[in-house]
Amino acid sequence: MDSYDIVVIGGGPAGMAAAVAAREEGVEKILLIERDRELGGILQQCIHNGFGLHHFKEDLTGPEFSERYIRRMEELEIPCKLDTTVLEITAGREILYINAREGVTKISAGAIILAMGCRERSRGAVNIPGSRPAGVFTAGTAQRLINMEGYMVGRRIMMLGTGDIGLIMARRLTLEGAKVIAVLARKPYPGGLMRNVAQCLYDYDIPLMLRHTIVAIQGKDRVTGVLVADTDENSRPIPGSERLYECDTVILSVGLIPENELSLSAGVQLDPHTGGPVVDEFRQTSVAGIFACGNVVHVHDLVDFVVEESEIAGRGAAGFVLGRGEAEGAETSGTPIDLLPGEGLKYVVPQRMRGFNGEERLDLFLRVSRVYGRSAIEVRHDGDTVKRLKRLRMNPGEMERVRLNRSAIEKLTGSNLIVEAVEVDG
Amino acid sequence: MSGIDREIICIVCPTGCRIQVSGPDTEHLEVSGNECKRGEEYALKEITDPRRTLITTVQIDHGTLRRLPVRTNREIPKQSIFPCMEVINRVRVEAPVEVGQVLVADILGTGADVVATRSMARDGAGGLPTADTRSRAG
Repeated sequence: MDSYDIVVIGGGPAGMAAAVAAREEGVEKILLIERDRELGGILQQCIHNGFGLHHFKEDLTGPEFSERYIRRMEELEIPCKLDTTVLEITAGREILYINAREGVTKISAGAIILAMGCRERSRGAVNIPGSRPAGVFTAGTAQRLINMEGYMVGRRIMMLGTGDIGLIMARRLTLEGAKVIAVLARKPYPGGLMRNVAQCLYDYDIPLMLRHTIVAIQGKDRVTGVLVADTDENSRPIPGSERLYECDTVILSVGLIPENELSLSAGVQLDPHTGGPVVDEFRQTSVAGIFACGNVVHVHDLVDFVVEESEIAGRGAAGFVLGRGEAEGAETSGTPIDLLPGEGLKYVVPQRMRGFNGEERLDLFLRVSRVYGRSAIEVRHDGDTVKRLKRLRMNPGEMERVRLNRSAIEKLTGSNLIVEAVEVDG
Repeated sequence: MSGIDREIICIVCPTGCRIQVSGPDTEHLEVSGNECKRGEEYALKEITDPRRTLITTVQIDHGTLRRLPVRTNREIPKQSIFPCMEVINRVRVEAPVEVGQVLVADILGTGADVVATRSMARDGAGGLPTADTRSRAG
């Protein structure tokens, strides 16, 4: 059985950034496994710009961003197995994969980095009643078909959901000659970034209908229309408010779910708030030597932050296999402190803190669960506020970052840290 | 004429500031609500000469994929977007292509070139150059 120092699962930006960071720390035997025919992951179909503003200080498209990392992988001579699917991983860090050249093969690793990304919620996941005609796509599927495979998905489009991919696809479909009738949001605010609402919808006069949803899809062989209803304060459709819109295509941009089938096979503990593994500040999961980064941990807004997190995981895994001790797993470290999402928070990452690894700061990434105006994020320990960050505005569509200084928390022991969002008067 | 009073959502970065622009005419505008200098520049430009980067795909023959992603290498006037799309939709290129390769120079006199945003090998050559060497290395 072949063995490696580090095996990275997934060749998108997270996997590549983690592999590069581990190699730069001096890890020799790294292998990256990717199921597609080339590296780059979802960025290869995200042909729009807005990537790399933080990391490269340039406004790049998805393919340009990914090609830079592919070149870096080449320079560092990090081997990859393409067209290769991982079937199972174990807590003992064995990996079972399959491809057409080697068949089913088992290898072992000193550390594993999970970088499988996320999947889109589909029609089944949001329970839209009605018939089951052709013409219902997730935004990402439509994106791949149009931008890579060269197929147009439809002419008259109704879009449900206001995730960033959906907003970007509304513009893309319009540029390609389709009519986007409207983009519907169940909630009173859009899910994606405001800049995307502005440059994708407002620029092209595409109506944004807040507090609306699809209650039925009509059509036998192909979509012929949708029934759209108003929603109440709980985002539920209001009976009697339904109107029929004729269309040939429905596109769903209704959220992303971290892809953790493999994590579960190794017994990695998942966080119900993120849908991804519980990780510590090195992005080590509950299983020693298994690390995770990127959208498999929590769904990010920006690839720049994915890369930042993946570098943490890459360095953490390198520290683990090079025996530097900082990230050597639950059994060898002191009692970890858990970070819990309190009032107004959807989640916080990392969920666990073991120590500070000599770093002077620890960044917490979190999402609020509703829109806030003047507000603050507070980190509390035993009733004391150890950090308070004022914000003018927060919304669930935008990830927040809170920076903790070593001095503020290194002496803390025992009880958990609770992170909360609070309204601030005036 | 009642002058200018607009709220502009800044698209320069993901922060998405809501910027107020007002004044009697385009020579005398006041800008507020922006968190950075680039926001002010963007808001003023948006009133006087709105521009966007155009990003789409072109047909590619004998590539590993059927579409090649492209962009304008600088912003073009907003009203040129659909006329430029008509030009780009007639473009057909032959693989291989290198990232940054100019496919249409100075499109419709805008001063912007349409360039490839990825490299693409000829089909059968195993995707990106790296893909081939990497799969053998594995």
